[in-house]
Amino acid sequence: MYDHPLIGDPHSVVLSVAGLCKSYSRVVAVEGVSFDVHRREVVGLLGPNGAGKTTTINMILGVLSPTAGSVRIGGIDLARERAHALASVNFSAVYASLPGNLTVTENLRFFGLVYGIPQLGRRVAELLRQFDLERLRDTKCGLLSSGEQTRVALAKALLNRPRLLLLDEPTASLDPAAAQTVRTRIRSLAVETVCGILWTSHNMYEVEEVCDRVLFLSHGRLLLEGDPRRLPREHGAATLEELFIRLASEPLAKPLESAG
Amino acid sequence: MRMKPVAGILLRQFYLLRGSPVRSLPMFAWVAIDIVVWGFITRYLNSMTAGRFNYVPSLLGAVLLWDFFTRIMQGVSTAFLEDVWSRNFLNLFATPLTISEYILGLVITSVATSMVGLAVMLVLATVVFGLSFLSLGALLVPFLLVLFGFGIALGILASALVLRLGPASEWLVWPLPALLSPFVGVFYPLATLPRWMQTVGHLLPPSYVFEGMRAALAGRSLAAGNLAVGAALAALDILLAAHFFARVFRFAVATGLLARYSAESAA
Repeated sequence: MYDHPLIGDPHSVVLSVAGLCKSYSRVVAVEGVSFDVHRREVVGLLGPNGAGKTTTINMILGVLSPTAGSVRIGGIDLARERAHALASVNFSAVYASLPGNLTVTENLRFFGLVYGIPQLGRRVAELLRQFDLERLRDTKCGLLSSGEQTRVALAKALLNRPRLLLLDEPTASLDPAAAQTVRTRIRSLAVETVCGILWTSHNMYEVEEVCDRVLFLSHGRLLLEGDPRRLPREHGAATLEELFIRLASEPLAKPLESAG
Repeated sequence: MRMKPVAGILLRQFYLLRGSPVRSLPMFAWVAIDIVVWGFITRYLNSMTAGRFNYVPSLLGAVLLWDFFTRIMQGVSTAFLEDVWSRNFLNLFATPLTISEYILGLVITSVATSMVGLAVMLVLATVVFGLSFLSLGALLVPFLLVLFGFGIALGILASALVLRLGPASEWLVWPLPALLSPFVGVFYPLATLPRWMQTVGHLLPPSYVFEGMRAALAGRSLAAGNLAVGAALAALDILLAAHFFARVFRFAVATGLLARYSAESAA
């Protein structure tokens, strides 16, 4: 079992997903997924390709509506108060790069206004400093390396000081050194701020290093949940990677046609 | 509605225009070429009729008003297409931005860019070809407002179509003004058209502008009621187009089209 100090405290819940389902005509992508994320907690959303991780994240971001179930962010129902709920969320994903035809500063100012950030100039300067982007402030994002683009995306993701941060494979295109820097930064974010983080990754080493808790998704269903450092032992596996491979290859009792 | 997100949409377009001559040049280059070509055509026609009829106000004035309308429409749809071209939908619509804030940002962008084109057209037509829009008097204001309203509506409709049909459909929406032009009588009275085309024309706000312009230039009295119908139709069209965009957006969110936009299909 997992024993994060804030679990059980209803006021600490930044994300509450209940009975989330998404189906496309005959194809079921996500089925009955429920979980919470607490503040100062990093939760890993794991699963093989097509397990429904990105579909789940898209539903939490409000760019995909669920077939059934609910998403509450800081207690606010996303379906009823979309703009209010999304004001305290932000995200970074490898497949959602920032407009390459704007410079780093232009992108941060643009998204800062869209999020309605007060004292935007000061906030942008803080983030440029925090992510070591001052040298690149006037460089167009399309000209940056993968590592630099990841840092800009993370700076954008922190513009509104989110209560909930969604990171979809944030280190996927980074070299080991850059990935380590990003992991350290994000881990310290969870400690220094009050945000909860939902993180997807295929790198089990980094999941063990960063995540307080993992959720294992397969064929659109939540199969396992727990501490990534204890789960392998509890399920007779030597490592988290071995457990991942075993769970990913297990057929379900009620197979689904596909997952997105 | 919050104004900061609207300002964000506007600022983004300003950044793009500021750093890109290929974006800023078309704001005035194509309309200037249109005015020059039609200016010389009207001069030639005037010489053929030996001054018995002045083509400048009716032809060049019509070209100017029509170009203004198309610039407004394209201003809205081009601002929207910037988000298509840069694959920015996920970043944009995962924010607290509402559809009405987004559309208002596109509209203000279009107003700003179209005013540049209008100013260039007016200067060229007046200084080089002697067009005097002041001869239309105070009527110029409602004429421009009706065309402005319908241009906004058509721009929002075009953006909704691109959102629904995918990035490649931009080629379907560019010719929309040309598709409408035969019905609205830019260069000829609606009475010239067959009955069914006249019926379609009466549903389109620009028809009332061009009919009104010809009446005013011929010294006939202009039925204010007709122009009011045009204005009411333009206002209705804006509401319908915004409603259509919101419906398409909800469809895109429900089906997964928005999240996988580059696939051009949710299936």
